[in-house]
Amino acid sequence: MGVGIKVEKLNAWFGKTQALYDITMEAFANHATAIIGPSGCGKSTFVRCLNRMHETVPDARATGVVQIGDLNVYNGTAAVQIRRRIGMVFQKPNPFPTMSIYDNVAAGLKLNGFNDRKRLEEVVERSLKLSALWDEVKDQMHKKSGASLSGGQQQRLCIARALAVEPEVLLMDEPCSALDPISTGKIEELIFELKERFTIVIVTHNMQQASRVAEFTGFFLLGKLVEFDKTEKIFTTPSDKRTEDYITGRFG
Amino acid sequence: MRSRFHQGLDELRARLLRMGGLAEQAVDRACQAYIDRDLARCQAVLEGETLINAAERDIDEFAFDLLAMQQPMAVDLRFILAVTKINSDLERVGDQAVNIAERVMDLVELPKVELPVDIPRMAAAVAAMVRRALESFIEGKAELAQAVLEMDNVVDRMKDEAFIILVKAMNENPEVTRQALDALLVARNLERVADHATNIAEDVIFWVRGADVRHGGNPDNPSRQEINDAHSS
Repeated sequence: MGVGIKVEKLNAWFGKTQALYDITMEAFANHATAIIGPSGCGKSTFVRCLNRMHETVPDARATGVVQIGDLNVYNGTAAVQIRRRIGMVFQKPNPFPTMSIYDNVAAGLKLNGFNDRKRLEEVVERSLKLSALWDEVKDQMHKKSGASLSGGQQQRLCIARALAVEPEVLLMDEPCSALDPISTGKIEELIFELKERFTIVIVTHNMQQASRVAEFTGFFLLGKLVEFDKTEKIFTTPSDKRTEDYITGRFG
Repeated sequence: MRSRFHQGLDELRARLLRMGGLAEQAVDRACQAYIDRDLARCQAVLEGETLINAAERDIDEFAFDLLAMQQPMAVDLRFILAVTKINSDLERVGDQAVNIAERVMDLVELPKVELPVDIPRMAAAVAAMVRRALESFIEGKAELAQAVLEMDNVVDRMKDEAFIILVKAMNENPEVTRQALDALLVARNLERVADHATNIAEDVIFWVRGADVRHGGNPDNPSRQEINDAHSS
């Protein structure tokens, strides 16, 4: 089951440049929360702070409280342990090109020392089913390389890889921006189904996508959270003029 | 891309205003036709209805294209929804003007009688409501629209008074029954026009403020959540 995410006074920097200012918001368990905003507003930095990916950039740092369920992300917990509980899917599908489909999905578990072959088979099958890829690859998943799949299939493979380690939260950073409308539709359907088991935070430039998949939406601008509310409120009657100007295309 | 969309919204606004002008003119002509028993004006109202109906279809089609092609959000989405509803109300205003014109065409066949009811005053109040509702749309001002809502009660009272007076007149002088009945129906048509002006004002408030003030914005009315809950239980 997914767990809730509570963020309090999150600040982030790249060197001396501050990228996030006092972000306080919540992503509710088993719901999808969309993060929208113009390029450079800090939305990707925000999600990368949730699983401490932000600090992988040299000179980058973050302060504040990020609570994922009972786990305090910035309280000395090992980053590896955090990332096991918080899966991430990126803008461009990035399967391991030399590995088979099966090995791509099993990679995370194997890295964690998981070697029970029968159990691995079960987890791979379950993950590929969850990511709605199973039927398309089940007959050749041991032979075919992950890189041989189409863009949309590769992205679902990356989702399966993230799900295999049984995270509680799935972070998606523009997961459909490189996909065609049919693949996008499949990923969006998938998000709906995954919500039953995971908490999802999705960064998107596509406002229609945010309104289709997320129950809650946060609008970021210049590193600040301008508005956070139910998605239907944000896209019909936002409270802040800056939100309205952005989503109606008057700037950004 | 987006600026083309905003040009589209401006065009939609311009088309609705032209439609508003036609509907307003139809009511004015019909009322003047009643006052002057003027068949030429009645004919003009009937002919004008064709234009109003064509304008309604044209505006709906244009709004539909904008919705489908541009996926508007927030204030733009509210604007287009408001326009489609106002469009429908204006078309109904045109229908009411036609109904009044048809009453007048019936009346001119009958002897002229003095009835103790002030239809011209009611017509002036209703015309003012339509004009004010369209002004509130032109200026995007919810305060102007709010004033229209308050005027509706005055027109409702005028209609109620006209009904009482005209029924009494029919009882006392059965020979004026047909003329009184026509006047009564005209009063009812005018009251309907006022209702449409009220709807337009409510739609302007929805567009500008994002607030649903229909049915008096009564907080006792069930919320969307409560309706959903009732459906799912």
